[in-house]
Amino acid sequence: MRGTHDIKQKIRKYWGVFTALLILTVVTVGISYLKFGLAAAIIAALTIALIKGSLIACFFMHLISERKLVYVILGFVVFFFLSMMLLIYASYFSLPGGATYVS
Amino acid sequence: MELMPYIVEERKDTGLYNAKLGIWLFLSSEVMLFGALFSSYVLLRTGAAHWPQGSSILNVPMGAFNTVVLIASSVSMVFAWAALKENKFGKFKFNLGITILLALTFLVVKSFEYGAKFEHHMYPKTNTFLAIYFTLTALHALHVIGGIIVNSYFWGPGSKMWQTDPQRFTNRIEIAGIYWHFVDLVWIFLFPVLYLL
Amino acid sequence: MSHSHEDPRRLSFWRKYIFATDHKIIGLQYGITSLFFLLFGFCLMLLMRWQLAYPGEPIPWIGKFLGESRAPGGIMLPEFYNELGAMHGTIMVFLGVVPLVFGAFGNYFVPLQIGAPDMAFPKLNMTSYWLFFIGGVVMLASFFLPGGAANSGWTAYPPLADIAPIGQTFWLIGMVFLINSSLLGAINFIATVFQLRAEGMTFMRLPFFVWAQLVTAFLLLLAFPPLEAAGVMQLLDRVAHTSFFLPSGLVVSGEPLPESGGGSVLLWQHLFWFLGHPEVYVLILPAMGIVAEIIANNIRKPLWGYKSMVYSVIFLGFMSFIVWAHHMYLTGMGTAISAFFQTTTMIISIPSVIILTCLFLSLWGGSIRFNIPMLFALSFLPMFGIGGLTGLPLGLAAPDIHLHDTYYVIAHFHYVVAPGTIFALFAGIYYWFPKVTGRKMSEVLGHIHFWPSLFLMNCIFMPMFVQGLAGVSRRLYDGGQQYAHAQATLPLNEMSSICAWLLGLFQLPFIFNLIWSMLKGKKVASDNPWEATTLEWATPTPPGHGNFVKVPKVYRGPYEYSVPGAAKDFTPQDQERV
Repeated sequence: MRGTHDIKQKIRKYWGVFTALLILTVVTVGISYLKFGLAAAIIAALTIALIKGSLIACFFMHLISERKLVYVILGFVVFFFLSMMLLIYASYFSLPGGATYVS
Repeated sequence: MELMPYIVEERKDTGLYNAKLGIWLFLSSEVMLFGALFSSYVLLRTGAAHWPQGSSILNVPMGAFNTVVLIASSVSMVFAWAALKENKFGKFKFNLGITILLALTFLVVKSFEYGAKFEHHMYPKTNTFLAIYFTLTALHALHVIGGIIVNSYFWGPGSKMWQTDPQRFTNRIEIAGIYWHFVDLVWIFLFPVLYLL
Repeated sequence: MSHSHEDPRRLSFWRKYIFATDHKIIGLQYGITSLFFLLFGFCLMLLMRWQLAYPGEPIPWIGKFLGESRAPGGIMLPEFYNELGAMHGTIMVFLGVVPLVFGAFGNYFVPLQIGAPDMAFPKLNMTSYWLFFIGGVVMLASFFLPGGAANSGWTAYPPLADIAPIGQTFWLIGMVFLINSSLLGAINFIATVFQLRAEGMTFMRLPFFVWAQLVTAFLLLLAFPPLEAAGVMQLLDRVAHTSFFLPSGLVVSGEPLPESGGGSVLLWQHLFWFLGHPEVYVLILPAMGIVAEIIANNIRKPLWGYKSMVYSVIFLGFMSFIVWAHHMYLTGMGTAISAFFQTTTMIISIPSVIILTCLFLSLWGGSIRFNIPMLFALSFLPMFGIGGLTGLPLGLAAPDIHLHDTYYVIAHFHYVVAPGTIFALFAGIYYWFPKVTGRKMSEVLGHIHFWPSLFLMNCIFMPMFVQGLAGVSRRLYDGGQQYAHAQATLPLNEMSSICAWLLGLFQLPFIFNLIWSMLKGKKVASDNPWEATTLEWATPTPPGHGNFVKVPKVYRGPYEYSVPGAAKDFTPQDQERV
């Protein structure tokens, strides 16, 4: 029965994702012990987190086989989230001399 | 007689059943909620004169352990749904039970972490790093509790629906699963940002 | 599948009317509750207007009942004035207009206009209403606390809001309930419009009202959560003594604060206005939707530029997320970021102009019927025009230096919301009253309501532009008495106040009309007394459980009036042949 075979294939994929997630967790903790400087640490940590997050989203949340409508909505969400974060961050800079947002 | 269409079967043009669209909309708002807190973290840290390294204040092994616990609970959650697709109700119950137990484990470890902080007189009011740490992780923990409640309902009284409307019940588990994976996903970002950077 | 007949479930009174899951009952619940809040918020302002007209004079009749902590000897204390101001804004926006325009009109008519049996998630809908109700109760309860209700403006800026009396804490808790109510409602609306459109109801056949509500739902869904996050952080600042928004070294009344500091006052403003700006589009879009429906119906021809209006409203919704810091030009942000927000703000004026223009152009060549709904809908156009145009100098950073936080701002946003949105709401009530009750409201009382209201609205708010340009700041409890440069404009305070009280008087015919017509109004002869084309008029009056007698099928667009060769001057959407 094709239905059962489908689900067995999916289950095998899930074990694969689980393994990948465990490995990436070890990697992310491991990398944090190597002192590269903050910028590199941020890039490394966020990249690995993005990969792990994508694996969970695509496979566990079935996002990889989702409908176009969901992709469109999530696309907007990503855009608004990034705008919020980047514009708030950007507003910190180019302040007239000496002024700070945070003290 | 059911007036409401597309509870189980998918609507042709959107390709979705109602709750599937509903949960993704809900998660969209959650992305903005946690996103706002992450944006606050970024602004507060950028402007701070001193900002401690996460690992100097927080317990990295405990955090890493909790990360593994949540990932495992995500796996067991998706296995619970897959078991229903395979018509194996016992397997479903087993996996959902594991999910709930792992979630409780996460909370127990978290309470030890918080307890240790309070013992050392480290409170949210002590500095902005601790303030944002406690706020982010507490909000996340509230979402974990919510997930435990929903999953326990589906493990217990809610599972009766498997007898009367198995496909609808399977959909419900899929939706609960999507929510639960999101809770895991937030932690996937929280852990490195707070503990490792 | 769906049928409009006696509900076979035979629900108890509590399940049918109190804990209702039917979108029409929930719509009415929202309507009644929010109309009450609208009236209450209006009364708060009428009280404020006394202090502005006659600063330092005891308030007649009511003064002695306000108590010594608020108005000793009947004279309003500055703290009480601030309380009235903060709560007037909060109640009107979050407990009055939005629940009315989205919760009431949206809930009742969106499922009907798309041909659906109910909202996609009826129990979630019920939860939304009761969360709103609880939030409202918490807000009202705060008036009875020591120190009174919140008094740091509806914008609740720290550090003031962080150190304000306990009323502010209740405000924050109330906001959490209201925000969650809106979030759940937004999910319901979006899922409903995507999933439950009747067969043949394609997106480009949706009434503009539904498009407006759909975009509004997305705004609520994605813009509210950052305010919820900020609200939680402010709550923690107040209750757990964190310093999210408290800068280091803050001194209050000569005493340095014990809090750790290190926070950012501007962080609150960013998070607040991230919601705050989309929020104003939440206030106006459904109103534009209502006006569009009524204009289309009363010109007996299709709306001009329907497609442009749809693309504009979508583009408007999108842009509204990236303009927020035009509320923050004077915070000392750098010029680069101010220039960015100024640019996006100028761009966002384009879609609103397109929508208004399309509505204006639709009138040309129309066979216009001047009934009461149409009078209110028509007056919306120039009123919103004034409101919108006066937003331009505020959106440009340079003139905003002079105009920020003055009465000019108050005049601008009141023009948009008061003779703007609220007139659209009145229009909607007069228009849809026959569908909900089976009776018409009195035309005579409608005229007595409309003409004075329109005149008085302008008398109240037009002078405020002058005061703002003269430099009178907002939120001054004495109305600017101490400003040497504004003395010439101060007599206008008395004029605005008298007109405000008269405006209140002329709402009485409306309130009477509403209640009296429900019981004794002239019964309508058909299910479609306005001879409209949209699907809500294809139901029985009022619609029963499941809404439609048989599942509707849609064959045409929403505004097929005066179709050449048709028997009548309107062709309903569910009619197959002309």
